[in-house]
Amino acid sequence: MAWFAARKVLQTLMVLLIVSVASFSLLKLAPGDPVQLMLGSEYSPEAHASLMAQLGLDRPVAEQYLRWLGGFLVGDWGTSFISKAPIFQYAFMEALPVTLTLAASALALAVLIGVPLGVLSATRKDTGWDAAVATLTLTGTSFPSFYLGILLIWIFGVKLALFPTLGFVAPWNDLWGGIVHMTLPAITLSTYFLAMIVRLTRANLIEALEQPYIAAARARGEPRWRVVWVHGLRNVMLPLVTILGLQLGALLQGAVLTETVFSLPGVGQMMTSAVLNREYGVVQAGVMMTACLFVLTNLAVDLAYPYLDPRLRPR
Amino acid sequence: MADVTLPAAGLRRRPATLAGVWAYARSHVWFLIACAVALAYVLAAAFAPWVAPHAPTDQDMMNFMSPPAWGPHLLGTDSFGQDLLSRTIYGARYALAIGLGAVAIGAFGGLVIGMAAGLSGGAVEWALMRFVDALLALPSLIMAIAFISILGQGVDKVVLAVGVALIGPFSRTVRGDVLQVKAQAFVEAAGLMGVKRLMVVWRHVLPNVIFPLAVQATIRVSYAILVSSGLSFLGIGVTPPTPDWGLMIAEGRSFVSFAPWIAGVPGAALAILLIALSVVGDGVREQFDPKLKKEA
Repeated sequence: MAWFAARKVLQTLMVLLIVSVASFSLLKLAPGDPVQLMLGSEYSPEAHASLMAQLGLDRPVAEQYLRWLGGFLVGDWGTSFISKAPIFQYAFMEALPVTLTLAASALALAVLIGVPLGVLSATRKDTGWDAAVATLTLTGTSFPSFYLGILLIWIFGVKLALFPTLGFVAPWNDLWGGIVHMTLPAITLSTYFLAMIVRLTRANLIEALEQPYIAAARARGEPRWRVVWVHGLRNVMLPLVTILGLQLGALLQGAVLTETVFSLPGVGQMMTSAVLNREYGVVQAGVMMTACLFVLTNLAVDLAYPYLDPRLRPR
Repeated sequence: MADVTLPAAGLRRRPATLAGVWAYARSHVWFLIACAVALAYVLAAAFAPWVAPHAPTDQDMMNFMSPPAWGPHLLGTDSFGQDLLSRTIYGARYALAIGLGAVAIGAFGGLVIGMAAGLSGGAVEWALMRFVDALLALPSLIMAIAFISILGQGVDKVVLAVGVALIGPFSRTVRGDVLQVKAQAFVEAAGLMGVKRLMVVWRHVLPNVIFPLAVQATIRVSYAILVSSGLSFLGIGVTPPTPDWGLMIAEGRSFVSFAPWIAGVPGAALAILLIALSVVGDGVREQFDPKLKKEA
């Protein structure tokens, strides 16, 4: 068990190391001279040279990388040359919580609605219900989220005027305001995952319900709801956790687009404006945060397997 | 990273024949309809100048933001007085060209890396697969954003950025297929018979890898279109006034309260194409992927 965990952790660190080298190269590959950009109108060859030395840019590349990595680990992510504010503050303390709130709400919504829909579909296999759910999931997995968001704004924001359509209110400051502002974005982002979860629940539950122990439970006289929701659904847990880990990338990617639809000041908006302003340090911060989040979640999923399924416990 | 479990030994089924595909299509009405829809998009893209009533960037100064109506602008005009129907038809060109181009780059890159890793084994394989792990550690859109920040904007840049972002998943499947083929008796036999290694790769490994790769590529076209139009929607992909759907939806977003058709028309075009492609993709996968058949 310890050996298994240690190997997974090591593998994850390796991936993160490669990602960090790639991210660092981003700054090196970026066109233009960052020092010149930073100096702006105060440019002079002397100022240029002194700032280069001050930033350590006159050192060998390997040393620059190690310094950069060390700085990254302690939250020294450089300074934005537009706002002159530390990037860590902006990216990690301000933008990331917005994205995480959106992603978590969408995920919660997808699980809370998706699992019951999947159960409905599995227990009423080959009926009109099942067909309706199948059509919904097919549409859900391929509908572009940013277009769905605009449709929701039009219907619920403009026509029915039920929800605000723009901006972010932190639920930890104003719970109700936060929920109201997050409703449409969360629905938008959740659709794809909802559809995935329905499909997954349906397929795994149908398979589980054909197992002999389900028949045995029925024969013991256990009520049908208990057989389905307890004995049957337990088999859906593992694939569900797996898919949530694997699809986290899709979740973050969808969050980036959804944020732009609803003008939420998250990582997506941050990276988009950084690309337009050529703020490579901010793009880099976005890349590193996303990669860490994705890789660490997958590590957590891998480590959780043995707890979720006794059969997977290494002996 | 979650480990990929290799499918049990045993080669994928021989490619189905055209007759088989036709039999499948006849028994799956939605598959047939989806194919027809996809074909309609391809035709609209190919013959855009003949099908579209206006040039995509023609501005009708008398008709800004006019709603869809019978007349010169069937689906209305945008804030520049450009005909939405025409722009949407021309948009099919960009969507399909970018999607196919990006998938071609991704599939080719994946073929090279996956073959190199699967065939070499040892340290080279290990290093290549860790590189692929790193590629897979970033969602395609985020990676494409990072590339765009270096490359700049434009149609060719979007194709390249999205294409490179797709290399990761392709490499993984190709390597898996190579490992499977390598374990087959006929490959070992060829080696024992003294057939040159390169010849074995060319005659035996490559054909068994190319086909599943082609199937996967077909399925990924819709994803590539989604990611590239997402980039344009964010405003960092294709530049205006290119009639790109993502860009048109982004422009329409600002006018959604009083001119919803500006985003609605190109968005519907994109959504219908993606749904059609995903039905086609499901059919193709069901037909050609025996792994899936067993699981279903």
